[in-house]
Amino acid sequence: MRITQGTFSYLPDLSDDEIRAQVQYSIDQGWAVAVEFTDDPHPRNVLWEMWGLPMFGIADAAAAMHEVAACRAAYPDHYIRMSAYDASLGRQTTALSFIVSRPAAEPGFRLDRQEASDRRIRYSLHAYAAEQPPGTRYGTGSATPGNIMPNGARGGS
Amino acid sequence: MTAASEPAPRGFAMPVPALPPTGEGTGADTGPAAPEPLAPDDTVDLAAQEQALRISQLLDRLDAEFVGLAPVKDRVREIAALLLIDRLRSRYGLTSSRPSLHMCFTGSPGTGKTTVAARMGELLRELGYLRKGQLVSVTRDDLVGQYVGHTAPKTKEVLKRAMGGVLFIDEAYYLYRPENERDYGQESIEILLQFMEAQREDLVVILAGYADRMDTFFRSNPGMASRIAHHIDFPDFTAGELIQIADLMLEREQYRLSPAAREAFAEYIRLRMSQPRFANARSIRNAIDRLRLRQARRLVAGGGVIARSDLMEISAGDVRASRVFRDAEAAAATVDHPPG
Repeated sequence: MRITQGTFSYLPDLSDDEIRAQVQYSIDQGWAVAVEFTDDPHPRNVLWEMWGLPMFGIADAAAAMHEVAACRAAYPDHYIRMSAYDASLGRQTTALSFIVSRPAAEPGFRLDRQEASDRRIRYSLHAYAAEQPPGTRYGTGSATPGNIMPNGARGGS
Repeated sequence: MTAASEPAPRGFAMPVPALPPTGEGTGADTGPAAPEPLAPDDTVDLAAQEQALRISQLLDRLDAEFVGLAPVKDRVREIAALLLIDRLRSRYGLTSSRPSLHMCFTGSPGTGKTTVAARMGELLRELGYLRKGQLVSVTRDDLVGQYVGHTAPKTKEVLKRAMGGVLFIDEAYYLYRPENERDYGQESIEILLQFMEAQREDLVVILAGYADRMDTFFRSNPGMASRIAHHIDFPDFTAGELIQIADLMLEREQYRLSPAAREAFAEYIRLRMSQPRFANARSIRNAIDRLRLRQARRLVAGGGVIARSDLMEISAGDVRASRVFRDAEAAAATVDHPPG
């Protein structure tokens, strides 16, 4: 299941040249760009790990692309996104945010129904990837439902 | 600190001339949307091509702006010519790789190393070798950290800011401190080398410093020397060039020398050149600043009614009040000083 998120969620994945053009646009607007990554695909997971500090004062998108490449090399099987912060309003404002890299295989989500009092039902999203401990969720090429499912029974709940 | 690119982002926003609007970063970094390819037996008019790229205007402007500095101008001319030829070669389907543009400027104080480096960024941008052409000017302090693990992020931060433009490292030999083997400068140099090689498309590194110390630096860092294609030596200015420079500086500040003052100033330059701690154009700049002070004092002391031209003109008296003349006289009077 291909996860979409952010400004260009309705588009196919951007190519590197397209990413570069978007980053250059952000820089030209005076926004600081930052690279972030995560391996928790849940849509409510909004605070991703930062790859270094936001890049203040860069003039050319090549610098940001260099960081993206470095982050991809370090976390080839993570989601990586580019965020641009507009500081002109005096507070941290995300002006642009889009996914630049994703794991090769995305196992997707299961819908959990929890029986509550009076036959009410609570729903929650269960990411198959999150069944593995952080860091091994989309492990190199092994992130297929086949080898995630057997460990699916989590103790307790 | 780095006086580089804080206000840049907005200024750079849209109106970047002489740059291809799209398709950048595809590896074929230069060139306005490559014109139609040529058949192997076609011929092209070189002059017309040069006209189209406005190379000669660029070089004329360089000539007008900088006095002397023949080696620098020659090198820029070569780089510009190579650009033209590369464009043509690629139209014929011949390979053309981006030349290495890292440079090393050596020369005495005040020979214009920093000024030229600042201009070089713009120049390379106009030639299409750099996308932005901003100058990030740093010294050892901006690159080398103070504790273990501090240097690499610091150097990388600076390199990132310089991408798309020129990284100017003044007095680069301070990066390497052989007397302290645990110095972090070496780490910084290694990261620099790595970027100079891998990010050649995005970054031009210019090192500057005095010739003898640069030599020592390169001897202990052969990797650095071999990655720098252009070693440019800035010659000392002649007396004639210094007067031209003074004229340019005065013109920019909307002052002028009276004919007598000009004569006196020529003499001043001759005397000053023979004195110690002479720093070429920098000494001229300082001398001009002092001339303005003396002119102001003369005008205020004189009082009365003055005109616009009085505010602009520097008299011979202003020049001759300089200590340089008195020192020269004193030297001639006391010691049996050889003339000149």
